[in-house]
Amino acid sequence: MIDVYTTYLTVVIALALCVILALVRVIRGPTAPDRVVGVDTINTIVIVGMVAFGMAFREVIYIDVAIVYALLSFVSTLFLAKYLEGGEF
Amino acid sequence: MIFDYLIYVFLGIGLFFNVLAGVGLLRFPDVYTRLHAGTKCTTFGSIFLIGSVILIGLKLWWEKDTNGSVLALHSALALVAILLTNPVGAHAIARAAHRSGVKPVRAIADHLAESPPLQTGEKTDKKQQPQEEGGK
Repeated sequence: MIDVYTTYLTVVIALALCVILALVRVIRGPTAPDRVVGVDTINTIVIVGMVAFGMAFREVIYIDVAIVYALLSFVSTLFLAKYLEGGEF
Repeated sequence: MIFDYLIYVFLGIGLFFNVLAGVGLLRFPDVYTRLHAGTKCTTFGSIFLIGSVILIGLKLWWEKDTNGSVLALHSALALVAILLTNPVGAHAIARAAHRSGVKPVRAIADHLAESPPLQTGEKTDKKQQPQEEGGK
């Protein structure tokens, strides 16, 4: 039987390093679509991190928060893309 | 126990692809290639990471722990949300980058310029564009 708590906390820490890697791209991206790509990547990694966190603590409410965060980040990504595209909404 | 090794393999694949997404986001030269790294790799990695959570939940359910089944079901819902929303967002970002004038690196010509019926009044009058797009 594996140690779920330690394993998934390690996974969350590794995902936090991925978030830092993507955050570098958000900070020094040359154009605005680069920054949007970085933010989209951070959103996906944070969703997976929330699911892993919920598994580590055996809390279902964290995973529900992850579902809602996924749908809201999708709406925000679509809005940012529409804003970059220009024109009327 | 082969089940535990399966979970470790899933975690390894998922973490490898997520780290690959971060590295690719830093190393690639272009918006479109960065979009490949940042969206496809995280989607594939999150399939395996959430898949390992689902496997542990199913194992807990097999051991008569009802919390495990709820964990597995809600993780599957989160996975479905990621799988439905991530490619659509990537496509929207790519289209927005192309229409806002970002060229691929080392590109000479843009063969993906707008389709011929749109070229007449495309740049000059902005009001025509949403009407044309409404039919799609």
